Amino acid sequence: MITYIIRRILYAIPILIGVNLIVFLLFFVVNSPDQMARKILGEKNVTQQDVENWKKQNGYHLPLWFNTEASGISHFTETIFYQKSVKLFVFDFGTSDANNINITSQVAQRMWPSLAITIPTLLIGLMVNITVSMIVAYYRATYVDFWGTIVAVIVMSVSQLFYIIGGQWVFGKILRLFPISGYDTGTDMLKFVILPVVIGVIAGIGGGIRFYRTIFLEEVNRDYVRTARAKGVSETGVLFKHALKNAMIPILTNVVLSIPFLIMGGLVMEAFFAIPGLGSFIIEAIQAQDFAIVRSMVYLVSVLYIIGLLLTDISYTLVDPRIRFE
Amino acid sequence: MVLIFFLSCGIPNNPYPKSEQDAEIYYSTFDEEPKHFDPAVSYSSDEYRFIQQIYEPPLQYHYLKRPYELIPLTAETVPQPRYFDATGQKLPQGAPAASVTRAVYEIRIRPGIMFQPHPCFAKTEDGTLRYHNLTKTDVKGFSEIKDFRMTGTRELTAADYVYQIKRMADPRLSCPILSTLQDYILGMEAYSVALANGQTDAPFPGVEVVDRYTYQVTLKAKYPQFVYWLAMPFFSPMPEEAISFYNQPAIKARNITIDRFPVGTGAYRMETLIAHKEIVLVKNENFRVERYPSSGEPGDREAGLLDDAWEIIPFIPKVIYKLEKEYIPRWNKFLQGYYDSSSLSSDTFDSAVVFNDTGDPAASEALKAKDIVLRTSVRPTTYYLAFNMLDDTVGGYTPEQQKLRQAISIALDYEEFTEIFLNGRGVVSHSPLPPGIFGYESGEQGINPYMYDWDAATDRPVRKSIEEARQLLAEAGYPGGQDRKGNPLIISFDNTWNSAGATARLTWMRKKLEQLGITMESRTTDYNRFRDKVKNGNFQFIFWGWNADYPDAENFLFLLYGPNGKVRHDGENAANYDNPAYNQLFEEMKNMENSAERLARIREMNRLIQRDAPWVFTFHPVSFGLSHQWVQNSKPNALGGGTLKYLRVDAKRRSENRQAWNRPVVWPLWMCLGVFILGTIPAVITIWKRERKPQ
Repeated sequence: MITYIIRRILYAIPILIGVNLIVFLLFFVVNSPDQMARKILGEKNVTQQDVENWKKQNGYHLPLWFNTEASGISHFTETIFYQKSVKLFVFDFGTSDANNINITSQVAQRMWPSLAITIPTLLIGLMVNITVSMIVAYYRATYVDFWGTIVAVIVMSVSQLFYIIGGQWVFGKILRLFPISGYDTGTDMLKFVILPVVIGVIAGIGGGIRFYRTIFLEEVNRDYVRTARAKGVSETGVLFKHALKNAMIPILTNVVLSIPFLIMGGLVMEAFFAIPGLGSFIIEAIQAQDFAIVRSMVYLVSVLYIIGLLLTDISYTLVDPRIRFE
Repeated sequence: MVLIFFLSCGIPNNPYPKSEQDAEIYYSTFDEEPKHFDPAVSYSSDEYRFIQQIYEPPLQYHYLKRPYELIPLTAETVPQPRYFDATGQKLPQGAPAASVTRAVYEIRIRPGIMFQPHPCFAKTEDGTLRYHNLTKTDVKGFSEIKDFRMTGTRELTAADYVYQIKRMADPRLSCPILSTLQDYILGMEAYSVALANGQTDAPFPGVEVVDRYTYQVTLKAKYPQFVYWLAMPFFSPMPEEAISFYNQPAIKARNITIDRFPVGTGAYRMETLIAHKEIVLVKNENFRVERYPSSGEPGDREAGLLDDAWEIIPFIPKVIYKLEKEYIPRWNKFLQGYYDSSSLSSDTFDSAVVFNDTGDPAASEALKAKDIVLRTSVRPTTYYLAFNMLDDTVGGYTPEQQKLRQAISIALDYEEFTEIFLNGRGVVSHSPLPPGIFGYESGEQGINPYMYDWDAATDRPVRKSIEEARQLLAEAGYPGGQDRKGNPLIISFDNTWNSAGATARLTWMRKKLEQLGITMESRTTDYNRFRDKVKNGNFQFIFWGWNADYPDAENFLFLLYGPNGKVRHDGENAANYDNPAYNQLFEEMKNMENSAERLARIREMNRLIQRDAPWVFTFHPVSFGLSHQWVQNSKPNALGGGTLKYLRVDAKRRSENRQAWNRPVVWPLWMCLGVFILGTIPAVITIWKRERKPQ
């Protein structure tokens, strides 16, 4: 197992270099350092000299890839790519280009409000989705299954924005049961997270039911289920004791892979509910042409994704003893 | 259970703690995270609304009077420049600009003004600064200024203003107006170069401390608009202790910087800064005695804006700004009484505003029922469609080329545009100057005679007919929208309009030009490409705008001054208009005091640009602001941002209204619960039956 984990970590290094390279390429194909400077300095009265000053202060006066004026290894190290990339690998994200704010501390501050919404949404959503999809599977080929599937398709076809605005309107404005938006820490947090969590669960219920229903239907048609039934195990026993256990691999894959994205929060949800999370951090950085934040956040997501995949593989051994790492 | 818990808490949708219920707090919002609070770096209205409450430049705009009037803030008087010629001889005030080689502004500040309490001033018993030479261990776990236990203060001196001007010269700061200032302030360019080379003791003759309360700024030429710069946050005082405090590596590493935690003398100081959540300002305990204005413009007394005359300000001890990126929740919370004021978007305009018989806007019945007050004001902003005067087709200065642009200007009916797309929130423009700026003229004198006729019967301008536009187009060599060879006239419109409503606007423009037989090609692109196109002159026709830095005609008319051309001089003249007659008039006008002579020159300049039509004059936006009845003394002030100190809030009335407007409705929840329970009974019975059924 240890050897396997070390091997996977070593595989991650070229992947992260590749991700960093692609981000750098894409960013500077669209934005030049001059354009970044003009965007960050503002529109009025900015001269080329101001732009040059800004570039020099922020390390964007160097060539992108290859410094013809340098010598030896400095050809490569005295470049924007090297200077901006090398620290990422020791998780030194530095400061933002737009306002010199420490990126690590921003991530550390903003991930908690995001998690306050996404973790309950994931857990409650998982319980609701599995329960409802098991009920639908239990009533397979009946009108409950038929209408359940139709409702699930309708629910998943509606934009999340509709649920958010509708939820705010009904529960916040008409019934006046929850604050329309906002966030606080401590026990006051509860009144702000309930509505987004409920909306998040409802918005995800359609896709969840369809996904888990398929898994359970696949399981209940397997030979071991037929054997269990032949042995006289009740239908609920078949579902909860046998099918659920064996459906854990796809469920775990789905859940563990989503863990890295919990930290990143949800852009629309956080914007409408004024949750001070990470959801809008990267989007706003792209709009502001803040390369420091963009590369750091993409790098962080890549690392988390790789960790998520590794955890998924490890978790398989826990639910299925037949799986062993070679 | 959760529901019962909330219902027991009083008003369950109240986003604020119970402790704030009757507190005199002003609640407002911001929709974008501010990036800079350093007055040497910040140049955005989103940031000015905060820092202008904290920092105090020597001058300010009168809160109530219109047109905008400069008055002292920390200065004793508005400084009058002294002019000198090349021999050092003093010149009279009206001296011609060409003879002036030095303009000296001597600013005397009022004694006794104290800085806000701040740890950078804290001293130990032996008189040394307490929080200087800090180590990482000293500030372990610190993330805000309030984490420092001790604070101190000191008196504001002239040296603080001089220090700030010297800071602006430092290229490491990236002050956005450095290049502009270098053109005017004596020795600033050389000082900036010296700083870049590490020479911190280089001379800077343009800025000098005269005595403890007096400093002077020397300009290289006559520039009467300089006094307006003295009302901008760039020229706020900066204590040297603050910079040495924030420059400590241990503090920098904690993300505690001058760009986040200001140190000022204003009515408020920053208590909490979580830029992605909220900003809290509290009254500066050291703020001097300052009084509410006792005079305003006609109508202010009737509107109750002078009820607090001579009262000591500020009235509100605490201001909380919440980050609300989306308009819909912000608007709904305003209607619930959780925000004290709100702007108005197109989405809610129809439900919030009605127009009375005279065409004036008023709050709708629904808002009136809540005693919500509507205030409108024309912003000192101009929007325009700029032709590229360097372009072979739409540019040029011949009478034919002028007529082509005039025809297009007539066809693009911006009265209709403001009605359709802005709900009437715009004043159609006849020149670059918006109302309230010296040189703006209403009535027959102020119209653009190339686009409008004056209708004496209705006493208003009437846009020339489309037939007249067609005639002009024919005279321009494009009868029916075709050139002499029969080729159709195609004009490209470069823009960044990629939002949801953009298609309708583009269609409107296309249809208007089709009336002349002109085909408009829209070239929508991202902002970087668009900016490059404008910079390189690679366009025919663009939409652009300008917000005034200060209320002077020069700050608008320079947008068409030849030596400010975008392509050749990297200036703000996006049309690249370069008419020697206009340039000559501009050079004369910009150095004149507001007078009949200056007005005559502005009129002449307006006639030239109305004839040459390098712009299609479109509109000056009108801002619509709403506030609850418990907010008093609210008056829109587009140029002076430090206005929080004048507002008053009746917290008791607000609390009563919030309670009345936000009583929870719970019966639908009990109904849903009942339906759920009833719905599960058949399911449970079915499962029970199935389980009992023999296999």
